[in-house]
Amino acid sequence: MWYLCVFYHRLLDYRKPEVQALAELFGAFGDDDKSRSLEWRLPKEYHPDSPFHFVNLPSEDIARNIANRSILVKGMHEIWGEGSCYEEMEEAIRGYPEDRKLPYLTLESTFKINIDSFGKAISSEDQKEWIKRLSFIPFKGPVNLQNPEHKFWFLETDNYGSNNGLPPIVQKRIFFGREVGAADRKLLPTYQLKSRTYIGPTAMDAEMAFLMANQGLAAPGKLIYDPFVGTGSILVAAAHFGAMTMGADIDIRVVRDGRGPDCNVWSNFRQYGLSEPISLIRADNNLPSWRAGLNEVFDAIICDPPYGVRAGGRKSGGRKLLKGVVDPYTVPEEKRADHIPSTAPYSLAECVHDLLDLAGRMLVMGGRLVFFYPMLRDEFCDTDFPEHPCFRLIAACEQILSYRYSRVLLTMVKVEPYTTEIADSAKKMHQDFRENHMKWLEEGNLHAAVFAPIDHRSDVNGDSKIISKDTKAKYRGKYV
Amino acid sequence: MRLLTHNMLSSNIKGVSSGFPLRIEVEKVVEKQVEMNADFLRNMFPKIEWKAFAYAAKALGYSDLPEEADSSQLNSQDFLQKFHHALLELHLEEGVLICPETGRRFPVNRGIPNMLLHEDEV
Repeated sequence: MWYLCVFYHRLLDYRKPEVQALAELFGAFGDDDKSRSLEWRLPKEYHPDSPFHFVNLPSEDIARNIANRSILVKGMHEIWGEGSCYEEMEEAIRGYPEDRKLPYLTLESTFKINIDSFGKAISSEDQKEWIKRLSFIPFKGPVNLQNPEHKFWFLETDNYGSNNGLPPIVQKRIFFGREVGAADRKLLPTYQLKSRTYIGPTAMDAEMAFLMANQGLAAPGKLIYDPFVGTGSILVAAAHFGAMTMGADIDIRVVRDGRGPDCNVWSNFRQYGLSEPISLIRADNNLPSWRAGLNEVFDAIICDPPYGVRAGGRKSGGRKLLKGVVDPYTVPEEKRADHIPSTAPYSLAECVHDLLDLAGRMLVMGGRLVFFYPMLRDEFCDTDFPEHPCFRLIAACEQILSYRYSRVLLTMVKVEPYTTEIADSAKKMHQDFRENHMKWLEEGNLHAAVFAPIDHRSDVNGDSKIISKDTKAKYRGKYV
Repeated sequence: MRLLTHNMLSSNIKGVSSGFPLRIEVEKVVEKQVEMNADFLRNMFPKIEWKAFAYAAKALGYSDLPEEADSSQLNSQDFLQKFHHALLELHLEEGVLICPETGRRFPVNRGIPNMLLHEDEV
């Protein structure tokens, strides 16, 4: 059955993949469904960035589950009628099968009609007028504005053109329908970083962490791992959805010490009444200490690897040692217990290779690897993402962070079991990938590219500000 | 550190071939109640190296686990309860994990095992 899925107008790239992931989680696909993808359709002449999308789902229960668990679905609606003008919509509602309408219009059921428009405001007088015009629908039950049993929505988009930063819509469209489910955005103020006791400079904001947990299909009974756990902001979201969590970090001050007994990674979980992680380990992603023979144990690996823009990665082995400047340093026996090993920089290419290898080995079949990958925006191109023979890329969602760079949330599914042959061929793929991307994947280059001063050579006349203002597109697209 | 973690970790010092299971030296054990999730236990059971698990539970002072176990026992509520308790409710809060081959000591501090290697071990 087709539902109108109305999205919040933000994080545009993340919207459909979230619904897609939740469809998988709530069993929208049969076992023999090879494509495992949903059928989508846009209202006529709509831009793909529009908040209005139709999606085909097998049942209302699935539609409700998806919408209620999502972060970006403003409402999932069973549409009773739509049209380019009011009369056309009324006609459609009248023609909609009675047996689909009457169960929601009974004497006992309370209801409320909401009005929403995209791209313009409607005055309260107009809203009342619109509601009055719907009186031909035989509502019998009492109105309840606080806690209605059934919510109906009157949705309108205007043909406002493309001048105000919204996606261009050629045709005006109005919809009337019954809400099946909607995201609980109250989660976001509850989990917002500014009220969390322990955060670091790269803590993942709550909305994005929930989106990542949804991409990773976090659910009770599953075990989810974050090899760059930091203050635990991603695992908090996974634990909210009932998953068991594990995290590792190379920085012991972050995972063990925090800022005291009531301000550390554990306390971040206690703060929200969530189960604490199964374990936090101080370990190096470059030299994992998993025992031999241990594999296929995590249901998802969700992380934000350090890629050297806000925080750089570190791995075991001293810097000088790796460059061959000094002989291997031997720690004197009496100092071994409290010795703090020096670490070496960990390039993004190596870090991503280790992550894919770890995921290939440690994820269950069908398990998911969800991680952020940085992109310089003038180089953005689909084929640039890292690959691994065990994985199929199912979603790449870009979030623009600055004029120069963005990060892309990659979601990969494990489709092939891990073998030593696969590990070897992955190593080769990694070498090729690394050679092709050498210039910015190496230590410090990405940071330099992102923070380099603006090139002033072009503005000999000193009017660079005017130029940059003019070239900025009116339609903001992915910036929202 | 819970025993699930102990069961997953080994000593990864360069040149060490059998770094599992890590021996446990106990300083402080705490117990924290956790709600049981039978699905999670059934998922984890096949991944557990039972001998090492039973050893670790004993080291932490819990000796109700059978020496050997197979998946048919997962139907027993009594077994699940014991498995759950040993796997998730016992914590090694302070102590040391010891590499069985080299004797290298990995400290466990405030429940967090420190598996990072020294410069001359990588």
